[in-house]
Amino acid sequence: MSLDINIKITDRNGVKHEVVAPTDMAMNLMEVVRAFELAEEGTIGICGGMAMCASCQCYVKSDHQLPEISDDEDAMLAEAFYVEENSRLGCQIQMTAELEGLEVELAPES
Amino acid sequence: MITTDILIIGAGPTGLFTVFEAGLLKLKCHLIDALAQPGGQCSEIYPKKPIYDIPGYPEILAGDLTHKLIEQSKQFKPGFTLGERAETINKLEDGTFIVTTNKGTEHHAKIVAIAGGLGSFEPRKPLIPNIADFEDRGVEYMIKEPELYRDKKVVISGGGDSALDWAIFLSNIASEVTLIHRRNEFRGALDSVEKVQELKNLGKIRLITPAEVKGILGNGRLTGVAVEKKGEDAFIVDADHFIPLFGLSPKLGPIGNWGLEIEKNAIKVDNALDYQTNIPGVYAIGDVNTYPGKLKLILCGFHEATLMCQSAYKRIFPNKKYVMKYTTVGGVVGFDGTKKEAPKSVVKAIE
Repeated sequence: MSLDINIKITDRNGVKHEVVAPTDMAMNLMEVVRAFELAEEGTIGICGGMAMCASCQCYVKSDHQLPEISDDEDAMLAEAFYVEENSRLGCQIQMTAELEGLEVELAPES
Repeated sequence: MITTDILIIGAGPTGLFTVFEAGLLKLKCHLIDALAQPGGQCSEIYPKKPIYDIPGYPEILAGDLTHKLIEQSKQFKPGFTLGERAETINKLEDGTFIVTTNKGTEHHAKIVAIAGGLGSFEPRKPLIPNIADFEDRGVEYMIKEPELYRDKKVVISGGGDSALDWAIFLSNIASEVTLIHRRNEFRGALDSVEKVQELKNLGKIRLITPAEVKGILGNGRLTGVAVEKKGEDAFIVDADHFIPLFGLSPKLGPIGNWGLEIEKNAIKVDNALDYQTNIPGVYAIGDVNTYPGKLKLILCGFHEATLMCQSAYKRIFPNKKYVMKYTTVGGVVGFDGTKKEAPKSVVKAIE
């Protein structure tokens, strides 16, 4: 079985990227975005992935079953800007086999 | 004019440790930081979070690491310019530098070490179309002078510690404090949340949740804010001041215009030698720099600071011979008259 999944990420300029993300590297979506350099360095993952800055906010476009929103993530989203119903913090979404085909769009920088 | 040997821009862990390493070489340091307190991200974003990869500490809270670094550098009496952002740099004919902050404070230094992390922390501004027209005319993103709010009507928005803490603090100063948040839940220290609840019950804080400030009213000067509660029509809350507290986000800012080579929002340095930038005498260390294989880790910043200080010494004293001394052998002689050294072992015959 392949340990990689295919995901679609629309960057902040509206450009769609299809990337292959590993599921065996304990990577989260924010780290995938950084690994593929889909957002300018220094504008994403500022807090390092602690759900404390919202710089990795994204909109989930596909109807995948995502990990539940933790209190920390929920509280951070309550203070972030450009928040929509489908907003999540990329750093809280671990890459797992279930997320094959995931489609997300990065929220604007703020 | 503040004069020093090494001017450090950024008082995060890397900047603080630079003071120690420079001190061992008898070089004096002064630090500038946009935040009101030292520690950088460690004190601003995650003081209560543990770090596990500081050598010698299996686990240490970011806030505690900051305190230890301050303690370690104290004997070298660093100067601080806090709450100000380094704005411009001028290289003088003798190769020294003048760095001026946004408040006009001038610093004269032989060496400039940029340890600016991801940049200086700027307040995150809510997306209200006309908010810029009211900045310093009733809208403040940071509370610098609490007395400004005495007997005034104040609206605070935000749901974190700073919103809670300031709402509590200003409830004793302002004539009216309204706290507005998009949720009913607040994220903050438990006692702050409970205190706000208590002040709300006493009628000293007006709480509007879940709601958002959507507009600002006033003619040249703020007179009120338009508040929208979910699913309801907007209403107006009269106010003299609106203080949105939505945290801070780092921006490279003016340093980006200093003529330094920038790549991916970071400053390119010579990592084969001394972390010097393309401007001789200006170094960049810690998260703010980049080079092949760069890792943004505190421990890497410590290493970079150490090598940078050696290079700075050679630049300041080109003709002096110098060999590195171990602190265990040479001890640590502070600028404050203190001396730390290993206890001498006793040589005594055993009968």
